[in-house]
Amino acid sequence: MTIEILPGAPLRSRRAEVWSAVLANRLALGGLAVLAVLALAAVVGPSVAPFGANEQAILDRFEGPSWRHWFGTDDLGRDVFSRVLIAARGSLQVGVISVGIALGLGVPIGMVAGYYGGIAGSALMRLMDIVFSFPAILLAIAIVAVRGPGLTNAMIAIGIVYMPIFARIARGSVIAVRSEVYVRAARSIGATDGRILRRHVLPNIVAPIIVQTSLSLAFAILSEAALSFLGLGVQPPQPSWGRMLADGRGFIRQAPWLGIFPGLAILGTVMSFNLVGDGLRDALDPRQKSVIESRGQEIA
Amino acid sequence: MSGVQRATASDSNAITSPLLSVRDLRVRFGTKRGVAHVVNGLSYDVAPGETVAIVGESGSGKSVGVMALLGLVPQPPGRVEGDVWFEGRNLAAASERELRQVRGNRVAMVFQDPMTSLNPVLTIGRQLGESLRLHHGASRREADARAVELLDLVGIPSPRQRLGDYPHQFSGGMRQRVMIAMGVVTNPSLLIADEPTTALDVTTQAQIVELVQELQQRLGMAIVWITHDLGVVAGLAHRVLVMYAGRIIESGIVDDLLGDPRHPYTRGLLASLPRPGRDRPARLFAIPGLPPDPVALPAGCAFWERCSYRLDDTERDSVPALREVAPGHHVACVYDVPAIERT
Repeated sequence: MTIEILPGAPLRSRRAEVWSAVLANRLALGGLAVLAVLALAAVVGPSVAPFGANEQAILDRFEGPSWRHWFGTDDLGRDVFSRVLIAARGSLQVGVISVGIALGLGVPIGMVAGYYGGIAGSALMRLMDIVFSFPAILLAIAIVAVRGPGLTNAMIAIGIVYMPIFARIARGSVIAVRSEVYVRAARSIGATDGRILRRHVLPNIVAPIIVQTSLSLAFAILSEAALSFLGLGVQPPQPSWGRMLADGRGFIRQAPWLGIFPGLAILGTVMSFNLVGDGLRDALDPRQKSVIESRGQEIA
Repeated sequence: MSGVQRATASDSNAITSPLLSVRDLRVRFGTKRGVAHVVNGLSYDVAPGETVAIVGESGSGKSVGVMALLGLVPQPPGRVEGDVWFEGRNLAAASERELRQVRGNRVAMVFQDPMTSLNPVLTIGRQLGESLRLHHGASRREADARAVELLDLVGIPSPRQRLGDYPHQFSGGMRQRVMIAMGVVTNPSLLIADEPTTALDVTTQAQIVELVQELQQRLGMAIVWITHDLGVVAGLAHRVLVMYAGRIIESGIVDDLLGDPRHPYTRGLLASLPRPGRDRPARLFAIPGLPPDPVALPAGCAFWERCSYRLDDTERDSVPALREVAPGHHVACVYDVPAIERT
């Protein structure tokens, strides 16, 4: 089933069009559903969780999944399901805010570097290259080491680590777009550089940026898990998926559920972001969309 | 340059002060091979409401010449000199800010390829309204209303429905209509059209030419139309400037110039056209040779190498000045070409 956008169709906002295209994509819809559940968990998780994050029942430790403890209990007798649920907030928060930082810094830097070029543009990109040349986790660890462990610093660190990727994508896309006639046409009607960048160039490069955003959200959540695994991210007693993995690794033989469920939470989140990102890409690129439409017509 | 050409669109038009007055415009570019002299001293006037066609082959500097009017030649690598008087202001000396107020507001441009001059990810409505919102602070609503009006004016059916469409949903001719609508949205006093019909098929070309003429009558704007299509020139222009190697080599009222071309190059251009209703020659005439390299322009007449009328070497050393051969008809050639032809 495809969504047909007929040329004579009544006025419909672009946003509505994009959404209907995303919703028509079943995988993206599935991803969106998972993300909705996660978002809900992030908001209401702590109040609906059957147990507190740090509520211990030392006699019930290492209990396998059961009706009472859906995901089993850990070495201190804490309910794994409740902890996974409550940790969703931290993970999503880290993902969204750190990618927001990466986007907010990287895209403008890349766009300016790509649009103006020259020595200043090169200098900006070399700076990005320096950041990019560090292994991501190592750089994040270095930043956290300087600023001290904790959620806020983990977000800043992850944001800085992913900034060069956005700068590169933005720059490459802007270079492809800036010599287009419609950019010249925009100049010829008196638009300022800032306006050209915002209104004419940005919408043209948004598709690759959105795809990268979804990937980066996934990676940022993974990075947060890794930092927390190493004890540099979310600090106890606040639960975190990465930390739970770390704590569970010692008991992987006796109590595999300690690692499996937080791991599945990470996997599901990361995959959902990717699926939604793919769906958005298909919906956002009218050129690609028109290709798909014309193919659909050929088949029909 | 000797003769300052007065705008003489028609006798009834009398002599009004010109809308656009270009004086000794020069554009050169720094390239790896050296300095390319692309525009070498253009001077011309455009009267209000007049249509001036600039004719010349690819690389004759006609596009760069008009881009430079609005400060749209990137500097560097380009370098622009000369004066561009428009509505009492010298645009050549204007700041970027002042230029922005003129661009798209008082002077509009339509580009050659309608396939690439519209932004593929913005709706037609948004692109049409942009000039209004930029220059007149129009609200989204006002801009949309005016956009509908203009789409209607340029002959696009059910304009209100099409406002939310994207460029890929329009055909080439339709897009050029949209581009023209974008050009006239702010009621400019000058429309610069850079080969707007070149990328279109002949039928669509004729429709676009007709549309522009109609709009001109209705809105009273002057038009500078760049083309290498002499058929379009004959049907549209009041006056013609023929460019070669970055200079005007002949200018005049359209009928004079096409009916009695005085420059060997103009004669060559006209001779190379196929003519219906005449005995068809076995092959179309072609001017021998190639236009000169802008990096190594000859010191004298740029057409000397290819000229079939030349008598001696004199014109190799000095550039022939424009001289008036008939009222309002100027030519940059020392020879009396028709006289030579008669002998």
